[in-house]
Amino acid sequence: MITLLDKGVARGEIGESMSEEILNISNLHISVEGTEIIKGLSLTINKGEVHAIMGRNGAGKSTLANALMGHPAYSIESGEISYNGRPLEELEVFERARAGMFLSFQYPSVLPGVKVGTFLKKSIEAVRGEPVKQKEFRTQLKAAMQLLDMDRSFLSRYVNDGFSGGEKKRLEILQLVLLQPTLAMLDETDSGLDIDALRIVSKGINQVAPQAGCLVITHYQRLLDHVKADYVHVMIDGKIVKSGGPELAHKLEEQGYDWLEADA
Amino acid sequence: MSDEARDIVGDYRFGFHDEDKSTIRFDNGLSEQIVRDISTLKNEPEWMTDIRVKAYHHFIERDMPNWGNPEILNNIDFEAITYFLRSTDSTEDDWKDVPEDIQNTFDKVGLREAENTWLGGITAQYDSEAVYHSIREDLESQGVIFLDMDTGLREHPELVKKYFGKVVPHSDNKFAALNTAVWSGGSFLYIPKGVHVEMPVQAYFRINAENMGQFERTLILADEGSSVHYIEGCTAPSYSSTALHSAVVELIAMDGAKIRYSTIQNWSDNVLNLVTKRAHAMKNATVEWIDSNIGSGLTMKYPAILLKGEGSHAEVVSVAYAGQNQHQDTGAKVHHLAANTTSNIVSKSISKDGGRSTYRGLLQVTPKANNCRSKVVCDALMLDQDSRSDTYPTMEIGNSTADLEHEASVSKVSGDQLFYLMSRGFNEQEAMGLIVNGFFEPFTRELPSDYAVEMNKLLNIKMEGSIG
Repeated sequence: MITLLDKGVARGEIGESMSEEILNISNLHISVEGTEIIKGLSLTINKGEVHAIMGRNGAGKSTLANALMGHPAYSIESGEISYNGRPLEELEVFERARAGMFLSFQYPSVLPGVKVGTFLKKSIEAVRGEPVKQKEFRTQLKAAMQLLDMDRSFLSRYVNDGFSGGEKKRLEILQLVLLQPTLAMLDETDSGLDIDALRIVSKGINQVAPQAGCLVITHYQRLLDHVKADYVHVMIDGKIVKSGGPELAHKLEEQGYDWLEADA
Repeated sequence: MSDEARDIVGDYRFGFHDEDKSTIRFDNGLSEQIVRDISTLKNEPEWMTDIRVKAYHHFIERDMPNWGNPEILNNIDFEAITYFLRSTDSTEDDWKDVPEDIQNTFDKVGLREAENTWLGGITAQYDSEAVYHSIREDLESQGVIFLDMDTGLREHPELVKKYFGKVVPHSDNKFAALNTAVWSGGSFLYIPKGVHVEMPVQAYFRINAENMGQFERTLILADEGSSVHYIEGCTAPSYSSTALHSAVVELIAMDGAKIRYSTIQNWSDNVLNLVTKRAHAMKNATVEWIDSNIGSGLTMKYPAILLKGEGSHAEVVSVAYAGQNQHQDTGAKVHHLAANTTSNIVSKSISKDGGRSTYRGLLQVTPKANNCRSKVVCDALMLDQDSRSDTYPTMEIGNSTADLEHEASVSKVSGDQLFYLMSRGFNEQEAMGLIVNGFFEPFTRELPSDYAVEMNKLLNIKMEGSIG
């Protein structure tokens, strides 16, 4: 298990270097129930970088995010993943979270009877590995909820129970802001959001982005109007077939994926 | 599951016991003489002796229930049980006068801290009788009577005679008969008209001796327009031999009164918990059973409410946890006997490590009870393949104006829920703990906050060793 101390040491080792590497994936192959979904993917994310991954449904985008978080249904067949300079495979799911990895779920689970306020505090404590003072928690929570334009009444509701799609996404981003991860993965957080919600969710991402590496999975260019991506990668059939800057997202918006599929 | 993990799950925090320093302990076994001896020892009026003897004969003749868990019931060795044990010669009102080991026991179970911070009065029963009792002066000055049942009978024989056995007659079932024959201890609580008892009062029932039978008898009378919250807690040492807990609880909520009765049952798993609890709710009265069954080897208990007065309301929130070697056969019974009565029943059970939970409920609406409303929700959560959950809801509806809702569900913890929680930093045990705490939340939110915290901790301990 990686403790906070280890994490600090890991960061310290890298120290002052300009590009602080958070995630390095090389030639990754992932399968689900015997079917290969990710077919040789490589990617490096440094601190402060936002990487957008775009692609059609079924290209393997969500598989990548879930596998990185350690979902047991996805098995890594070959390839290397290092997180903060350590092999990721050594860590269980909760240890990845405690080491600073965060996944904003496309379909977050409902937790009946678990109040949002309780859940958030316990989660912060679990990730930090120590109790959090109520006062400190309240202060952080208040600031984060203001940023995301969330009403306090959220806190006494049960996690995702009866939440609209937009409310679920907002709660995911609230957790992102509170947990301050080192690696933030957002799995189609923008799907189903109206323009106001999209703007609010983007504020949360932008607050976390400078101190983290961000992997933003999206179908649409419009999120990138609010969140500045340093890199845009196009995924087709389990591979990154093209990488570029934000202009690539615009081109996809205008021309679709056909021109890339022909190449692939 | 590994043996090591099983050991952890089996780590019952309250399984310690004190040395048996009883001043009087009857020989094991039951006879008319034992019944008479208990009554004589307590210097009871003749009418009570007569009730006991009559109940004893009914117990002998009455068949064992053929439902619930007949295998365990039919194997109870009534001759191996101690029916009366006196630990101290009197019930003290100062802890200093209670033997030190007994003081420490009630300290360890958390009663003394609760007494000092937020309870209006307590009775601490240790085996057959109360060893300590206290009530806040302000309650006493308002006319609230809170005593152990033996003292209640001595000091208020007219009230006891009027109501004893009127809600649960000795002939109700075999174990009600047994209790009526050999009862000892329990609470007697009377709330005068219009008095609202703001701080809950609590009784704590501790079994200490091996092979003990604890047969407390509780009677709560809430006079017109009054209200009270009564809490009971119970624990026992872990022994390899069987202990028997067979209580009878009778509640009467007069017109406009409200009684809330909360139970935190955490017996060790060698205790058979066979209890009859029933309430009468008169006009516009409310009775609430907030009932939990976490411990015991077998519990058979179905808190009942007879809605006798127009506009009365019944509320039952019950939770059960059945782990290894446990069978929780629990539920609720509500009888709508008058018009415009309402009831709400929520039952939640968790089964784990081969544990068995059964919901057995009865909802009755009699022909003359017009415009009744009732909602029943039964949810079962199964934590593994070895466990078992059954639901037996019975409805007897004799009036077509009744508005009834019934929902039942059986669920498992989903892999997605676990993954979601683990991605938020919780290990598997912590994640399971959160899920079961959430599942029982409709119960714990009704408890005073200190007890809600304890209940959640208790459930978290039960989730240790969930993995694999």
